[in-house]
Amino acid sequence: MTITRRRGVLLGATALAVALAATACGSSSSSGGSGKTSSGSAQSATVSDADLQAALTAGGNLTVWAWEPTLKKVVADFQTKYPNVHINLVNAGTGNDEYKALQNAVQAGKGVPDVAHIEYYALPQFELTKSVANLDQFGAASLKGTFTTGPWNAVQADGGVYGLPMDSGPMALFYNQTVFNKYGITTPPATWDEYIADAKKIHTADPTAYITNDTGDAGFTTSMIWQAGGKPYSVSGTNVGVNFAGDAGTAKYATAWQQLIDGKDLAPVSSWSDAWYQGMASGKIASLVIGAWMPASLESGVKTGTGQWRVAPMPQWNAGDKVTSENGGSSLAVMKAGTNQKLAYAFLKYATVDEGAQTRVDNGAFPATVKQLQSPDFLNKTDPYFGDQKINQVLAQSAAEVAPGWSYLPFQVYANSVFNDTAGKAYIGSGSLADGLKAWQDASVKYAKDQGFTVK
Amino acid sequence: MTSQTMKSSRVRTATPPLRAKARRAPHLRRKSVTLTVLCSVMAAYTLLPLAWLAINATKTQQNLFTSFGLWFKGFGFFSNVGSTFSYENGIFGRWLLNTLLYVVVGAGGATMLATLAGYGLAKFDFVGKKAVFAVVIGAVAVPATALAVPTFLMFSKMGLTDTPWAIILPSLISPFGLYLMWTFSSEAVPAEIMESARMDGAGEFRTFFSVSLPLLAPGIVTVLLFNVVTTWNNYFLPLIMLKDQNWYPLTLGLSTWNDQAHTAGGDVVFNLVITGALITIIPLIAAFLLLQRYWQSGLSAGSVKG
Amino acid sequence: MASPPLDLARPGPRRPARRRRSLVGWRFVSPFMALFALVFLAPIGYSIYLSMYKTKLIGGTQFVGLQNYGDAIHDSQFWTSFARVALFLVVQVPIMLGLALLLALAIDSGRLYGAAFFRISVFLPYAVPAVVATLMWSFMYGTQFGLVRDIDKHLGVTLPDPLSPHLILASIGNIVTWEWVGYNMLILYSALRVVNPSLYEAAAIEGAGQFRIIWAIKLPALRPALVIATIFSIIGSFQLFNEPSILKHLAPNAITTYYTPNYYAYSLSFEGQQFNYSATIAIVMGVATMIVAYAVQLRGMRKAV
Repeated sequence: MTITRRRGVLLGATALAVALAATACGSSSSSGGSGKTSSGSAQSATVSDADLQAALTAGGNLTVWAWEPTLKKVVADFQTKYPNVHINLVNAGTGNDEYKALQNAVQAGKGVPDVAHIEYYALPQFELTKSVANLDQFGAASLKGTFTTGPWNAVQADGGVYGLPMDSGPMALFYNQTVFNKYGITTPPATWDEYIADAKKIHTADPTAYITNDTGDAGFTTSMIWQAGGKPYSVSGTNVGVNFAGDAGTAKYATAWQQLIDGKDLAPVSSWSDAWYQGMASGKIASLVIGAWMPASLESGVKTGTGQWRVAPMPQWNAGDKVTSENGGSSLAVMKAGTNQKLAYAFLKYATVDEGAQTRVDNGAFPATVKQLQSPDFLNKTDPYFGDQKINQVLAQSAAEVAPGWSYLPFQVYANSVFNDTAGKAYIGSGSLADGLKAWQDASVKYAKDQGFTVK
Repeated sequence: MTSQTMKSSRVRTATPPLRAKARRAPHLRRKSVTLTVLCSVMAAYTLLPLAWLAINATKTQQNLFTSFGLWFKGFGFFSNVGSTFSYENGIFGRWLLNTLLYVVVGAGGATMLATLAGYGLAKFDFVGKKAVFAVVIGAVAVPATALAVPTFLMFSKMGLTDTPWAIILPSLISPFGLYLMWTFSSEAVPAEIMESARMDGAGEFRTFFSVSLPLLAPGIVTVLLFNVVTTWNNYFLPLIMLKDQNWYPLTLGLSTWNDQAHTAGGDVVFNLVITGALITIIPLIAAFLLLQRYWQSGLSAGSVKG
Repeated sequence: MASPPLDLARPGPRRPARRRRSLVGWRFVSPFMALFALVFLAPIGYSIYLSMYKTKLIGGTQFVGLQNYGDAIHDSQFWTSFARVALFLVVQVPIMLGLALLLALAIDSGRLYGAAFFRISVFLPYAVPAVVATLMWSFMYGTQFGLVRDIDKHLGVTLPDPLSPHLILASIGNIVTWEWVGYNMLILYSALRVVNPSLYEAAAIEGAGQFRIIWAIKLPALRPALVIATIFSIIGSFQLFNEPSILKHLAPNAITTYYTPNYYAYSLSFEGQQFNYSATIAIVMGVATMIVAYAVQLRGMRKAV
């Protein structure tokens, strides 16, 4: 309580200044947000921390749609702390399923929750349709330094803040050391060239084993292009550009990855399927290049791997580079059609900044807050699943190295849904990955035009 | 026609099909081993996946991933069942109750409506009768997706989405049930009986309830069972109508648990999905086994009229 | 059945029977029709309405008349999906009904040991929800860690991957057949059960063999039931959705978002928020299905004399 009040006074005094500064900073480097170059100005905070406190004391009902397991404890603790608030935590589906439901509810004008769990790549879509509330009015702009750059930029649009980052997914290489050793790989690959060589090594030694799996995943592909320096998407308001065919980063990635596709060095198993878990459990899938939230899934889904896995930095395109990207990660947003926005924001703040943030990290979430990421407890934590390695040091380092300047489309949810129709063809032997990405580009452009966007 | 009267009399006295068999020429009862073997192959085909389900419901989560699919490894069946019912505060039990609610009200109601309407179509002549049937059968050809979103939008304007009514109301319409009851009524309730009831001064509804209904019993049980299966296994409709997990039926709930494992940060609970799936199908299978007599004779009578 | 007591207060049967019936008939049918109007006709009407508008993310909603239908006719994705279900129909339905027919005849022949067992075991898959059925079969189909791999290992062969792009439609066909063969078998079997036994007696007297009996007695008796089963199977094939949708995450590149017309309509609504075009596709498919089903019925019934 005391901390909030103190902070409240401080923030109240500097809110305006910080908000203006945020606009300036926000428009120069966009990492996952949309429409940075528009002239929308930051709203000044009209609701103070004191107002929020009052709302919490007065209480009320909130409906929260989220699939994130660590939120259960947060909700319980929150209700203990603020007994007049009752929260209905609903798992309305994971990822895309929840977004469909959200869009349907918004369209019908009924059944919209107060708070929704929205991944960074999907947030622009809800910003565009004005379904999520601008949190500047509650003083969110002042939270700039609280979060790491990547996630913070991901929740910005038109100079406003439309969500509070809940977790982040800076990428790293998670590998099964026992399996690597079995095939004579003593140090994890530091560059993509080494990675490709290792992939062939494993698959040649055992045709049923692979360095990793890939059947075409939009999130993975865009994150890889992001790391390679690609900027295929450009967004400013309702003006969008989609260019994979002429993008250098895309070409770099596509050429390299094509070697693995051609050599059949990638396990033909979809991520998050039974076969995927089985593959990791039996050592047939040796590693994953994936976001920092993976340890929780490994620990619950691949129990036989305890002690065998390790975390290494994401392989680089040039030896000695230190560039990574984000894969996944999500925010909590306040829905405009919800009933009690003040209370909803208060919950958001609790869950992502205040006590809730620590609770979630303690339960395995990967933080988006600077405080948790830099805390010695967090960095020095050893994880027995990873052989007592201090994995958070690698992951926090990755978070600091995320390449700036990435944007998602305002209809990324749709674009991702047709990734396998187009680029996915390359994985079943029909054309190259570059061709597939061009086809994806065409499909995205077609949809953009059909939906009234102007396409560069 | 001979067959018609013979069948009507069979239905009226509810003779089990076994007697009919006895009328067949005895020499045709010579059994064939070859035929039995061939049919066994077919039976194996149909039972194999069910065997897989039963066997794998006995495995713990980890054993699932490290064992041969069609044989046992360890025995965790009871712990699986326990976990299935206790996971997430016992929501599986709630899903089971929801399914029962939808089935009893939805399928039960659908059977009543189909029986009434089928009887009406079969026994009475009225303006627009042909149109009614044509429209109903025509509507079956319209894909569920054509109806899904408009129904959803309509229901949400009426405040019905995310409530049991969103599931129950559409379940109350069973075109196949209507068809079945229509054919069954025309065969099973002779015009003479209705005529004599009328002459005794009974109203049509009185006749229906006291005279015709008992005759329609096998058909009603058939339609009821088929509606129960359809409602019990309903997936697409609840998928778009419900967001509150507390109102999910079993199919949707299982699918959610399955999807959970398919996303970052979700709990992996395949063993519960499999055990839950087994628990989901057992009541239906039991119902079919126990009520065999009725629905088989019901289908017989209903299938003659093309 | 005891006759109901005389109700002297009610006017006697002097009213012309026909006029009374025309009201009463509706009273039986109206509960059904009222609900039918709500849950079927109203949404269809709304669907038709939706298909004549277009809502864009930028720009709102406008009336576009028949433009969506024009787009559908020129939509290669739609035609691909249509061709696919047509192919599915032409191959899977005859196979499934053929199997159902053979089974029905076998069980009805009286020459099986334990016919009751076969009758119930073949029918059981009908009681299994599509979600569960697809889950079970997707396990069987696993080449990496499923039954297919186990068979490969034990027999030293390499079976083709059932989930590969050129086999997946057949694999889906297999699941659908598994689910419905028992149900169709039962419809046909029930029709066989009501054949007049005196026909069999006459055949026995003439010394007709099994095949002659099947040809001359059983098949004609089955015709109406076969027509009905065919019509429902055709409608089901055109509406194929459950199995591809559940298998999609296992074969994301083989099963596109426009794999079947129904799935295409679903993707349009729920992934792309293109409700209007989705309604258009659904209506076009509905009309096509009705035409084919009606044609089958006409052709089937004509020979029924």
